[in-house]
Amino acid sequence: MSGEVILEAIDLFKYYPIKTGVIQHTTGHVRAVDGVSFQLHAGETLGVVGESGCGKSTLGRLLVSLENPTAGSVLFDGVDVYQQTGAAMRRLRRDIQIVFQDPYTSLNPRKTVGDIVGEPFDIHPEAVPKGSRRARVQELLELVGLSPEHINRYPHQFSGGQRQRIGVARGIALNPKVLVCDEPVSALDVSVQAQVVNLLEHLQKELGLAYIFIAHDLAVVRHISDRVAVMYLGKIVEMGDETQIYDHPTHPYTQALLSAVPVPDPTLRGTRQQIMLAGDVPSPANPPSGCRFHTRCWKAPALGATDVKDGVPAVCVDEEPELIDRPDGVSFHCSACHFAG
Amino acid sequence: MADYDHLLDVRDLHVEFRMRTGIAKAINGVSFYLDEKETLAILGESGSGKSVTAQAIMGILDSPPGFVTGGEVLFQGVDMLKMSRKQRAAMRGPKISMIFQDALSALNPVFPVGWQIAEMFRIHHKTNSSDAMKAAISLMEQVRIPAARQRFKAYPHQFSGGMRQRIMIAMAIALDPWILIADEPTTALDVTVQAQIMALLKELQDEHDMGLILITHDLGVVANVADRIAVMYAGRLVETAPVVDVYGQPRHPYTIGLLESVPRLDTKLGGVLPAIGGLPPNLLAMPSGCPFNPRCRFAVDQCRQGTPPPLESLDAKGTRFAACWRVADTAVVDWRVDEPVPDERVDDMGVDDEIGGWL
Repeated sequence: MSGEVILEAIDLFKYYPIKTGVIQHTTGHVRAVDGVSFQLHAGETLGVVGESGCGKSTLGRLLVSLENPTAGSVLFDGVDVYQQTGAAMRRLRRDIQIVFQDPYTSLNPRKTVGDIVGEPFDIHPEAVPKGSRRARVQELLELVGLSPEHINRYPHQFSGGQRQRIGVARGIALNPKVLVCDEPVSALDVSVQAQVVNLLEHLQKELGLAYIFIAHDLAVVRHISDRVAVMYLGKIVEMGDETQIYDHPTHPYTQALLSAVPVPDPTLRGTRQQIMLAGDVPSPANPPSGCRFHTRCWKAPALGATDVKDGVPAVCVDEEPELIDRPDGVSFHCSACHFAG
Repeated sequence: MADYDHLLDVRDLHVEFRMRTGIAKAINGVSFYLDEKETLAILGESGSGKSVTAQAIMGILDSPPGFVTGGEVLFQGVDMLKMSRKQRAAMRGPKISMIFQDALSALNPVFPVGWQIAEMFRIHHKTNSSDAMKAAISLMEQVRIPAARQRFKAYPHQFSGGMRQRIMIAMAIALDPWILIADEPTTALDVTVQAQIMALLKELQDEHDMGLILITHDLGVVANVADRIAVMYAGRLVETAPVVDVYGQPRHPYTIGLLESVPRLDTKLGGVLPAIGGLPPNLLAMPSGCPFNPRCRFAVDQCRQGTPPPLESLDAKGTRFAACWRVADTAVVDWRVDEPVPDERVDDMGVDDEIGGWL
């Protein structure tokens, strides 16, 4: 079903310097995104999941060039996004847009809905002729399920779900080919969340959009995604089709994440095996050596390896596992675990 | 045997917020009870009044603008709403305590966490500092904060979200309360940490024989821990029943809609999510009749006018209640979605012209 590769990230790195002292010298780096590569096909949805601080939002911001990477490149239709300047860069930006998480802070409270949704046309005047902008904004509002008459209202006059629809309207105003959705439904109530998820899926069908869908809600991601990437401490640890990730996960982190999601069925209480991860995610300023997950891994200590270091097989501490195809019992998909499968 | 029916008995509670723009009736006659060692989940969306209910029980409602305008909150048979301010304050901690969603703003940023936990003993038990400190450290160990003794003097910002939530739990259980109210305790946390915190709460509940009121909107969390559920919508209780009954056969259309709209983790059905159309009502301009009627697929004329349906018993045992005129028809609804729902049309949000700046 998926078309050709439309967006490709190659070895993306984003390090933020940690500055200390009065002279603000750099004492280290927060490795927010630490070597991420993937491909996005036209019209498909790639879900990105992970805990807070794993770098998934930074990745989203890198993809739309809101941040410049420390190293690596993003190819859109084969063109390196970060190498472009001036008019070519502006043209590229039209094709990759973003919807933010918080519909309360991502809309300017002093602007009307018409101004907010029409703002992309101020920056890209060639997109729509000046005279027909208002009509186009009204068309967009209708497309996202809002009344075109509300073009003169202000964000505070709308509820959270409606505000997120305004954010989506702004995101699709320039007819992008890729829409990065950074936690678009996390701030919404359950009943409204389903409406916005449906809207996004509907727009994808209508407009042929490709989505990068960043979220921490694993059930929502399963519903909307064709493929899923699981991130941990700045790296993708597992990536594959939605069924491969959810039905045959091979990375112990993915397995723990999935088992931690509470299932809305009280009759299953006590029957589901829950993998409890100890402690918190380590600091991305000083990630563990080798496999980054080895400090919290539940599987490695139980492997009974002969060569043991810090309670886990030495290879987990010494050698960083590559994200390569590994067996999952049914087929093969990408996983970064020495003992996958 | 004690001379009261339930540990906590809330009867016909009314709360309103008096604002410049009008009077918002946040709670309209809510009644429920909690027995000893029981877990009651209050489920609802933002604006449904679930947090306001908790604040009214605790006696920490911001007043003004909030006022309790009617009802009783009986703790072991004694109405707390009739108590003096001082008596009320003495209840908070040893009898009922509460934990909040946002631990960072619930803790005082300028005092060490250990000092804040120890404060409970200093104020309520007039304990001297060194004994209070010892008690606080043992509590920090009980909620599994690693290296508790060393971290006694650490400040809230030096802890992760999950650890801060543990500190707040330590403060809440310090005086061995009968009831713990947890207001969205894991909403801000990641799933792996959420699992740790919920397991800790369950364990402490058993150890301390506490009743737990869990306020949440997460249907998964509720299914895993609650004994009974109370579903709130627009300041009213619309359904209450044992947890297995609600998930087995929800009877209020709102509960049905909520359960349907949660995407599944175990399979990908495709199609659209069965969303509830429209928006929760504006508390300043409630629809006539049942407050859920504009979004309800079962609504008939009776639902659209007159008074909202009362909460009525559905079974002989007296454990199931729902507030719906059409409960006879909801008994046969199968909410479990097992095949793709066709994509018909994106729901119009039913834009309400009265939305202007509510709450």
